[in-house]
Amino acid sequence: MLSLAESAVSTPPVRIVATPLAAVADGNSAIVRRLILPRATARRLFEMGLLPGTRVRVVRRAPLGDPIELRLRNYSLSIRREEAALIEVEPAV
Amino acid sequence: MSAPLVLLAGNPNSGKTTLFNRLTGSRAKVANYPGVTVSPFAGTLRLEAVGEVDVLDLPGTYSLSARSPDEQIAVDALLGQGRRADAVVVVSDASALARNLYLALQVLETGVPTIIAMTMMDEARATGLALDTVRLAERLGVGIVEIVASTGEGHERLVQALTAALKPGAAHKPRVQTPLAHEVEEDLAPIAAAVTSTLAPRSDAEARALVLWAALSVGDDELARVPPAVREAVAAARSRAERRGADLDLAIVESRYRLIDRVLEGVCGPVPVNARTERIDAVLTHPIAGLIVFVIVMLSVFQVLFSGAEPAVALIESAVGAVQAWIAATLPAGPLASLLSQGIVAGVGNVVVFVPQIALLFLFIGFLEDSGYLARVAFVIDRVMGGVGLHGKAFVPMLSGFACAIPAVMATRTIESRKDRLITMLALPFTSCSARLPIYLLVVATVFNGEAPVLGVLSVGALVLLSMYSLSVIAALSAAAVLRRTVLKAPRPTLILELPPYRRPQFRNLAVNVGQQVRSFLVEAGTVILSLTIILWVLLSYPRLAETTEVFATRQAEATASLSGEALEARRAELASAEAGQRLRESVAGRLGHVLEPALEPLGFDWRIGIGILGAFAAREVFVSTLGIVFDIADADESNESLRQALKHATWPDGRRLLTPLSGVCLMVFFVLACQCMSTLGVVARESRSWKWPLFLFSYMTVLAYVVTLILYQTGQALGIGV
Repeated sequence: MLSLAESAVSTPPVRIVATPLAAVADGNSAIVRRLILPRATARRLFEMGLLPGTRVRVVRRAPLGDPIELRLRNYSLSIRREEAALIEVEPAV
Repeated sequence: MSAPLVLLAGNPNSGKTTLFNRLTGSRAKVANYPGVTVSPFAGTLRLEAVGEVDVLDLPGTYSLSARSPDEQIAVDALLGQGRRADAVVVVSDASALARNLYLALQVLETGVPTIIAMTMMDEARATGLALDTVRLAERLGVGIVEIVASTGEGHERLVQALTAALKPGAAHKPRVQTPLAHEVEEDLAPIAAAVTSTLAPRSDAEARALVLWAALSVGDDELARVPPAVREAVAAARSRAERRGADLDLAIVESRYRLIDRVLEGVCGPVPVNARTERIDAVLTHPIAGLIVFVIVMLSVFQVLFSGAEPAVALIESAVGAVQAWIAATLPAGPLASLLSQGIVAGVGNVVVFVPQIALLFLFIGFLEDSGYLARVAFVIDRVMGGVGLHGKAFVPMLSGFACAIPAVMATRTIESRKDRLITMLALPFTSCSARLPIYLLVVATVFNGEAPVLGVLSVGALVLLSMYSLSVIAALSAAAVLRRTVLKAPRPTLILELPPYRRPQFRNLAVNVGQQVRSFLVEAGTVILSLTIILWVLLSYPRLAETTEVFATRQAEATASLSGEALEARRAELASAEAGQRLRESVAGRLGHVLEPALEPLGFDWRIGIGILGAFAAREVFVSTLGIVFDIADADESNESLRQALKHATWPDGRRLLTPLSGVCLMVFFVLACQCMSTLGVVARESRSWKWPLFLFSYMTVLAYVVTLILYQTGQALGIGV
């Protein structure tokens, strides 16, 4: 997994401290900042509308704790914690 | 001139297949595309002013970017060198409009005449969505038809729109283009040059669509026919973008979504929460209630699959028996009667016997999928499946494998990724199907005291069965993990799974789907299974020695001369069994049993078991009746006392017992691991669209079964356990 310090090299200085989507509590919303995922995964998520700037609500965790259910662009999408840990978000205003 | 081609494209769960079934009736066939694992269905539609129209139902997809041959079908039909679509119907779900319009936008960019069929309007309106489709249509410059799949409302208007789009000259070409930032245009310039020189686009729109397709698809794809010049140009464009700190994929997708957001502004109000789905999910994905429901639903699916098909299967088997008896009574005994009854009729029976289970499984899957629960099954169990490198969607096929691998292999169609699907298909034949059960039961009854208690609660028989089922689970899961790291090298599959709103499944749709699956099985896998059955019959019945015919004719004559009444009948039955046994032992398969004995002996099996194993290719449970024939016992099943006694007393030439507890366990382990089922091979050939995978499946399972059984037997012998 990439650490945030490592990945910050390629982007402009961070104004708001970014948190991984995996750390957002159930029921809370966040704005996607960046996907630090392999190309194939990132592209699929982009094409399903999960883009930097998209507002995402974490709905719930699956009964066994993983994957998680997200709500974005009026539909529900499920991804694993592993991927959610590599999606940087900032708190939704 | 060939009939016009209409493509049906849409997101998964958009109601696309329901619309397809309405448009084409239930006569759809699987379209044949080489190298493709999930083939689209093709059907025909009669339009009054146009005539026959071919309709291709593309697999549900969120985008037209293609990384695999399966996904490329749609791109080829829109932009390829072969047969092109004359019109496209993009089925869009009104309740998740932005994401659905992403696909629609990609289709519109190609310039092919397009109609948007807006589904789930009733549902969207019921939740209070305000959507102005007239203004949306104006902004996109495309016809939008609102349809309600359950009632068929809007269907007429769709047919009219399609007729208009297909009339020669009348075609209205859409002119929607996604505006890109200046820098992105510059990045894409080398791709544009390569596309123009190698792919011969027929219009500006096409050239543009090809550039965007290449930029998003080429690089980490499995596509075979991408010109090298395009590959190089894409790599160059991507690194150019990277140098200025941009991601080309993101830039293109972002521009499309920006356009969609602009188009939807003022056309589509805020989307209210789907309260019904929220309420149902609160229970079905609840940490405790969700797991309980999951276990109950899966157990019911399994139970119905395991025993629900039984009456129908029994009916088919007795029908086959009746036809065989009729042939025996009508035709003179001989090669022709034998071919008809043991080859063709038995072969047809071998195929038809799977239909009840296939129909039941697809009825279940269709119900679960259309209701929205199948996605939740994957959501709930993904953590467990993910642990061994499988997708949550592999659970239902794996579970079905415990009933029968044939419908289970077909059920892998719900897995979108080709590699994930192949891995599941190649691992699930280890799951202990119901045809293995008679073998376990025969062996347990022969070599163990099945009822003896172990640990107070379990019996020996139950413990042995439990061990075999556990072994099969371990084998299937390890095989999946190993295949992913070796033959089908792929990273652990990522889960990107839409959880659609809960909906009421349409019975008509389920029935049509079941019919299509059964028909495609009968036509495609069925012919393979039938041919294999006939080949196996030849091996088991030829050569027929004239000598043997004479010997038994003489004995029959003797019996008729010396006996009468019941004694004669008994003697005749005995002779018939003896003759069948003799014939089998003299056949190619019988001789093969002898030829194989040196290889089988280190596993604890002799030539007679070898013949049984060969016969078991027809279906594993046939092992029992084949072994019966070898021992001159006609029509034996696993509870046949004479067969059990014969096996108990069978010895090697040196007087050692043939079936000891050790060799019995070895026999069961062999059957857990070996691919003793030609129907499985037939259905894998059909589903993977190649003979490479079934051959690989057969080889690796057989080698594994052989090696494991060898080690087990030799270790047991050396340590003196169960000998």
